[in-house]
Amino acid sequence: MKYLLSHLQELEAEAIFVIREVYAQFQNPAILFSGGKDSILVTHLAKKAFWPAKIPFPLVHIDTGHNFPETIQYRDNLVKELGVKLIVGSVQESIDNGRVQEETGLNASRNALQTTTLLDTIEKYRFDAAMGGARRDEEKARAKERFFSHRDDFGQWNPKNQRPELWNLFNGRKNMGEHFRVFPISNWTEMDVWQYILAENISLPSLYFAHDRVVFWRNDTWISNGPFVNLKPTEILITKRIRYRTCGDMPITGAVESEADTLEKIIQEVATTRTTERGSRADDKRSETAMEDRKKQGYF
Amino acid sequence: MEQSNNYLDMELLRFTTAGSVDDGKSTLIGRLLYDSKAIFEDQLEQVKGSSERKGLDHIDLSLLTDGLKDEREQGITIDVAYRYFATPKRKFIIADTPGHIQYTRNMVTGASTANVALILIDARKGVIEQTYRHSYIASLLQIPHIIVCINKMDLVSFSEEVYQNIVKVYEEFASKLEVKDIRFIPISALKGDNVVNRSNNMDWYQGATLMHNLETIHIGSDENHTDARFPIQTVIRPHSDAYHDFRGYAGRIDGGIFRVGEEIVVLPSGKRSTIKEIFLGDRSLIECFAPMSVSMTLNDDIDISRGNIIAKVNNQPEPSKEFEIAACWFHDKPLNPNTKYIIRQGTSEVFGKIEEIIYKMEITTLTRNLEDKFIGINDIFKAKIRVSQDLFVDSYHRNRKTGSLIVIDQTTNETIAVGMIS
Repeated sequence: MKYLLSHLQELEAEAIFVIREVYAQFQNPAILFSGGKDSILVTHLAKKAFWPAKIPFPLVHIDTGHNFPETIQYRDNLVKELGVKLIVGSVQESIDNGRVQEETGLNASRNALQTTTLLDTIEKYRFDAAMGGARRDEEKARAKERFFSHRDDFGQWNPKNQRPELWNLFNGRKNMGEHFRVFPISNWTEMDVWQYILAENISLPSLYFAHDRVVFWRNDTWISNGPFVNLKPTEILITKRIRYRTCGDMPITGAVESEADTLEKIIQEVATTRTTERGSRADDKRSETAMEDRKKQGYF
Repeated sequence: MEQSNNYLDMELLRFTTAGSVDDGKSTLIGRLLYDSKAIFEDQLEQVKGSSERKGLDHIDLSLLTDGLKDEREQGITIDVAYRYFATPKRKFIIADTPGHIQYTRNMVTGASTANVALILIDARKGVIEQTYRHSYIASLLQIPHIIVCINKMDLVSFSEEVYQNIVKVYEEFASKLEVKDIRFIPISALKGDNVVNRSNNMDWYQGATLMHNLETIHIGSDENHTDARFPIQTVIRPHSDAYHDFRGYAGRIDGGIFRVGEEIVVLPSGKRSTIKEIFLGDRSLIECFAPMSVSMTLNDDIDISRGNIIAKVNNQPEPSKEFEIAACWFHDKPLNPNTKYIIRQGTSEVFGKIEEIIYKMEITTLTRNLEDKFIGINDIFKAKIRVSQDLFVDSYHRNRKTGSLIVIDQTTNETIAVGMIS
């Protein structure tokens, strides 16, 4: 036997260590669950970290109301299977209560509104650590993110004053009202995630696999037709064989044309793809520092 | 395509780079990423656009790594940036750190988990102060392998003599370092010579390319497989009907190998038992080793909690309340020998005071200053530390994980220093 882990085994060991540190260092942690593959992966790793006990954290879903129905169905099944508590923070409620104002116009999205709902939910349930599936390879501001990322009592991130993280020593100490965002899969790439999902045989929402869907072309990508979409007269609906690389909000998440209907085929596709997965998300295209700006406010 | 078939055997290698704006570090990283196809078209488009807006006539690959607004505006790397790429053999994590002296702490951070340090030398300038400083930090943090890239060989006509002179100077200095494995490669990051592809301009160099070194360097011995150490993070108690009496001790193996049936000792209590089961998730294992995250059950009911360490009876870490550390100060607020700090070591947290400064390292000359006792941000020093309860530690030299600690300021909760146990 060779006493050396493969890269996936080592990433898994690191993530499980981080998740257990969260349990040990915080009073009231939660997993931020979007229904996307990355938060599904974090949930799977949490299950492994505490077996045979149940996952000792609730899943928190910040629901924009613009979800793909497949995502919600997957979420509800998973919660039932794991026997964990689901907490839904509703963006619609934040709009109804006047906490935020709905964007208008063609590219209107509820993406930015989520931040308020997220911070309100964290405050309401007094969560002191919120684990997410963000990865450093996704985006350049995220490349600077820590595993244990401190947020002040306004929920804000200060990228210039982050705590150093050395070896496997994570400092989660904080004052009242402050919280941490924790990213156990910081060091995973899109490819690592897919390879691990295949190796562990983790089930995913059907959106990730190639299927036929009525779509139209906008902002250089295929957008699904649906109830939250305002079609321009020039935009034409067409049925395409597509799949999603990320699962964001229905009106802003772009699909790629694909024949990859199995995990093996998806891995082959990812290996030859020449654009990033967030490249098809309109929320990141608003400006060069769109992600950093949103993260400072308290975004995921 | 090969990737999707071989991925279960791929290893993970972490390396660190340090450098300033003009020594070609960003160009080198850009080339590694670009040639291994880890840069995507939309990222390249974005960087091209930004380079044009800045009035540059070339693509500034540093814009790929410098992610924060301030870094992009000022054109400097401030914080550690992590970058990822993979070849069919290995997955790589680069901790890309700034090289300037005022960011010593960022270099220390990047170095703490690295298997390999890449040291860049400009062939025109040779070994300079920064080279010594970066190498010293790599040695202090016990990075097992150093690869010295002598860069910009195209600007010295690919001269073997220039290269050999630099190697000679470096080797003389390196005899004082604690790094066993040092390699030299003449490269041109800009033109690509000896980075991923072999150079046609330097027939006199018989060694391998940088990428080949990164892919094949032996990292199997980088973990300590001798001294078995299992610090407990938490105890898993399901309280379910099926697992009513289950007590799983959860943590990450920091050293050595544990096997089912072996006798172990729990510290600090000194109680002994034998390993009943080892689990990774619901999968039962017969043995486990560093750096695996597992849970263990024992054949005896012993009181074990977070901060305890499981070790082998004939190989135990020593309890100590006073020890020496090599340390780096990370915070604007200077060290105060009268202040009670929080010391985190492994999964233990105790109070501690850094009472005596033995010497301060003059980082530009690499000499010991025995007079100056003022310790401020970015200072590297040797000190005596006293803690409130016994810690079970190893020397950092033996084990980078059980031999390291961080110092936390009680009033701000910030990590203000890091230490390596002598």
